[in-house]
Amino acid sequence: MSTNTTATLSQSFRAKPNSMQEDITNDATSESSEHSQHITIGENILENAKFTTRNVNVYYGEKQAIFDVSLDIDHNEVIALIGPSGCGKSTYLRTLNRMNDTISNCRVTGDFLLDNEDIYSKKMDPVLLRARVGMVFQKPNPFPKSIYDNVAYGPRLHGLARTNSELDEIVITSLEKAGLFKEVKDRLNEPGTGLSGGQQQRLCIARTIAVSPEVILMDEPASALDPIATAIIEELIDELRENFTIAIVTHSMQQAARVSQRTAYFHLGKIIEVGETSQIFTNPRHQLTENYITGKFG
Amino acid sequence: MNNTDIVKHGLKKRYAKEKRFQWYGRLAVLTGFVFLTLLLLDIIIKAMPAFQSTQILLDIPLDRETLELSTDATINKDTLSAINYDGLIKKSLSQLYPQVSKRNDRKQLYKLVSSGAEFSLREYIMKNPELISSNSEIPVLSIWLKADDDIDTFYKLQTKISRVSDRQVEFIDSLIQQQRIRTSFNTTFFTASDSREPEQAGIKGALLGSFWTLLVTLLISLPVGIGAAVYLEEFAPQNKITDFIEININNLAAVPSIVFGLLGLSVFINFFGMPRSVPLVGGLVLSLMTLPTIIISSRAAIKSVPPSIKEAALGIGASHMQTVFHHVLPLAMPGILTGTIIGMAQALGETAPLLMIGMVAFIVDVPGGVVDSATVLPVQIYLWSDSPERAFTALTAATILVLLAFLAIMNTLAIFLRKHFERRW
Amino acid sequence: MNSSALLLLITGLSVIAFITARQRAYIHGASSKLKSLPKHYGVLTALWSGIPALVLILSWMIFQPAYLHQQIIQSLPESITIKGEDSLSLYINTIDLAIANGEASDDPVIQKAILSFNDAEKKSRIILTILVLLLSLSGIIFGLTKKLLNSHARVGVEKVVKGFLALCSAVAIFTTVGIVLSVLFEALRFFESIPFTDFMFGTSWSPQTAIRSDQVGSSGSFGAIPLFVGTMLISAIAMLIAVPIGLLSAIYLSEYASARFRSIAKPALELLAGIPTVVYGFFAALSVAPFIRNVGESIGLSVASESALAAGIVMGVMIIPFVSSLSDDVITAVPQSMRDGSLGLGATKSETIKQVIIPAALPGIVGGVLLAASRAIGETMIVVMAAGMAAKMTANPLDAVTTVTVQIVTLLTGDQEFDSPKTLAAFALGLMLFLTTLILNVIALHIVRKYREQYE
Repeated sequence: MSTNTTATLSQSFRAKPNSMQEDITNDATSESSEHSQHITIGENILENAKFTTRNVNVYYGEKQAIFDVSLDIDHNEVIALIGPSGCGKSTYLRTLNRMNDTISNCRVTGDFLLDNEDIYSKKMDPVLLRARVGMVFQKPNPFPKSIYDNVAYGPRLHGLARTNSELDEIVITSLEKAGLFKEVKDRLNEPGTGLSGGQQQRLCIARTIAVSPEVILMDEPASALDPIATAIIEELIDELRENFTIAIVTHSMQQAARVSQRTAYFHLGKIIEVGETSQIFTNPRHQLTENYITGKFG
Repeated sequence: MNNTDIVKHGLKKRYAKEKRFQWYGRLAVLTGFVFLTLLLLDIIIKAMPAFQSTQILLDIPLDRETLELSTDATINKDTLSAINYDGLIKKSLSQLYPQVSKRNDRKQLYKLVSSGAEFSLREYIMKNPELISSNSEIPVLSIWLKADDDIDTFYKLQTKISRVSDRQVEFIDSLIQQQRIRTSFNTTFFTASDSREPEQAGIKGALLGSFWTLLVTLLISLPVGIGAAVYLEEFAPQNKITDFIEININNLAAVPSIVFGLLGLSVFINFFGMPRSVPLVGGLVLSLMTLPTIIISSRAAIKSVPPSIKEAALGIGASHMQTVFHHVLPLAMPGILTGTIIGMAQALGETAPLLMIGMVAFIVDVPGGVVDSATVLPVQIYLWSDSPERAFTALTAATILVLLAFLAIMNTLAIFLRKHFERRW
Repeated sequence: MNSSALLLLITGLSVIAFITARQRAYIHGASSKLKSLPKHYGVLTALWSGIPALVLILSWMIFQPAYLHQQIIQSLPESITIKGEDSLSLYINTIDLAIANGEASDDPVIQKAILSFNDAEKKSRIILTILVLLLSLSGIIFGLTKKLLNSHARVGVEKVVKGFLALCSAVAIFTTVGIVLSVLFEALRFFESIPFTDFMFGTSWSPQTAIRSDQVGSSGSFGAIPLFVGTMLISAIAMLIAVPIGLLSAIYLSEYASARFRSIAKPALELLAGIPTVVYGFFAALSVAPFIRNVGESIGLSVASESALAAGIVMGVMIIPFVSSLSDDVITAVPQSMRDGSLGLGATKSETIKQVIIPAALPGIVGGVLLAASRAIGETMIVVMAAGMAAKMTANPLDAVTTVTVQIVTLLTGDQEFDSPKTLAAFALGLMLFLTTLILNVIALHIVRKYREQYE
């Protein structure tokens, strides 16, 4: 996807499409008083989605961080979650693989269905869930082990390989899919922490892929990397789409525009608008979305 | 999806491992608790007997004839101290059991009472000389005197011990019937200093010795410690010498305490010729040991004062030194004092280095200053724990409780200081 | 004039210096500009007056005894000085005693020595008093000069204070140097009579000394190997208890325990570290050792009444907080991102701890274990009270063994001459102990520091 400059964006939405304009602006001002029954503009609900979330609220102790979010994620799509800092994108992402369970005063309510299975039910094992829904973090966090052992960690844990050669195969395939194998094939026994930032992140992606998840969650995966490494990661995401469903949180609108098919705009813990990426960036339907895109804040 | 099945298959075992691991952790913490509780309970139980001492009620005849004083002799200090109090005690015991005739039996009778009882009696009479009257009525003083430590142990623990003969057991039974034997709070423990007889032994000497020693330690280590901390934090240039000093301090904090004792022995006693077993030398050695603790905690306290305070002072035109002494140091004081109290608590419990500088002697006098021979509480504990008499075991345990009580007070004080006065910037 | 009177004198002179200089500065300041406050001039002058004199007095107090002893020795006739070092020091002791008690002696030689000592002492005191007065007064005079008044007195004062502060921190170096020199010096003297190889590699330790001064220490053997073995045995038992309990406690408290449990449990474990070792020794000797003995005998094993097991167990309990506290710190220092990475892949908490966190924290944990080991090796009171005196080379924890620290205490708390090989042996042992703990500590601190750098 080509980069849309802010200038082009600001020109292209002169003409607002329909009469919802006034309602939306009114909504925008009275928004802060609504905590439930928030209406999201756009296609946040799908049929036969991979991941279905409805009426999600997240609380840290007394403070509420996510307000009544409903969003579906389609099979094999890349959906970008954008929005200003601290508006809940990462928090929402972490509900999808129950990483918020590790935070003691965090409370999550709502319905979460992965392939029509309730992931927060007592019957769903978080360990199993996380084997199906993987996560790549903002700062690369390879383990203090060799490159091989980093990638082999997940498969070993879950017992995915019965023989050593099977394990080798998994490791090599994962590294290849992450686009890292060529660079490290001669030094698989060296520590993972000895790689460059971009390589480390690809290692983390390889590590995540090795478990063969169905969904990969990425929390600003390239924000700690230089532009060249970022470009490599973005290309990778595009290739991974073939086999995985990906939800990516990003601060960079350009990145969202480059890698995703759908985009959801988060604002102060609510989803304001969801839609096809090209539409969001050229023709946002909500005033807040437009403000963000044009750089009025965030 | 068969991956999911594979994962499901292994989950049961993995969760079992998880549970076991948590239990190991709990067990480990509990073991620590259990040891601590066992230790404290054991000492408390052992110490109980020491707080009570057995006494026997005797009627001492105080007529002049018995006292071997002529009717017109003046009653003054000299005449009073010349009286044979031991004889008086023996006489009153004989009067209690006039039927006792055999020499051996009489010896056993006399041994019921502590050898130090005569001194207690004398002290009492000298305080109350009016008890000796000169009229014809025979005055009798009924006084509770200490029993011998073997009797004391036997009576308190109610178990037969070999040092108490059967005859003595008979005597004791009869005393019980006559209600002439009782236990009461053992004040001697706090008012007397060391003695060969456990029923006369107390910790007064050790308490004062610890006091003088800690005083010396405090007076030396606090100023030097603060001075060093201030220098290292504020004034020292970043060069090899400063690094070397810091390395030294960190190493000294981990040197075994006995090595400091060797230092004290060879440098202070041998080279400088200072006297052995005095609080001055003990305090010197302990202050060298406490110095690293005080320096390290003072540095942390000074470091935590925010630079904005220093910048504000410098901005008004104060010199670096004035800034440090007028602003930084007062603000860092709570942290410094906390570290000092903790250091003093450690010093209070130290034994090995003081053994090296000679504080192993049997010292009966109470030290009046820093150059009098003295012992300290932990050394007293060490010395007494070697004695075979059971009564000394109880005394040792009781002394331990006193020591622990002091430590508890000091540490609570430090925590209190920290909570209420340390500012969180 | 005696020393305390002299000290009082210079204190008084310093106070006079302060007052006069301050007054002078005040007067001067009325007419021309002063660079510092009058009190600073006062303090500076007082320092100039007092400190050189004080230094002189202190050096005199330190070096005079040795100098006077030399004078005495020189005054003794040849017949005595030939006799040999032991009898010479005996002679000197007699003289010292006589001088201290202020009595005269019948022996003409000793009497002469006493007289010459008193004479020399009086002379040096007079010289000292004169020098002190000179220094002190010149300090005052200097303070009244124009030169001083034109200078920045406060800077001068601060320089002196800074010097004093630097001296305070140098005390640390002096202490280390003192330890090294004193231990080394005496140990080397020991190695003059007992060869180093006999000491380090000898397997028989029975330090009987010669009764007569001209016997060489041939009737005593000073092979230290049994002591090293005993120390290792008890320390090993202690570590076997402390490391698992300490490490597992640290893991449980930092990863699993609720905040409330942690707030009770952590201080309780720290309590174990605050109990004086003499209390542990009492517990070990009077409760644990008999208990182990009874249990062992009832099973049919022969247990010594001062078994290494008893001392080792109690020492282990004492060391638990060292291991757990340090391990807790390093485990908490492992960044949360590493935990998240592992949990995100579907690992359980224990798997994360065992396979990611502990390996990541391992250098720090090892450092902590080394520090704990060093503490165990250097521990004295527990083993003095609960371990034996007989040097035995055994790996059986039910036997009685003795350690390096026990022997140091035994050798030095009897009544003996300071110079006999017995007491010097204690210093040789002290040297070994100091070096071993030093090496362990250096390695441990190095590892922990490198570990910290990794995560900061």
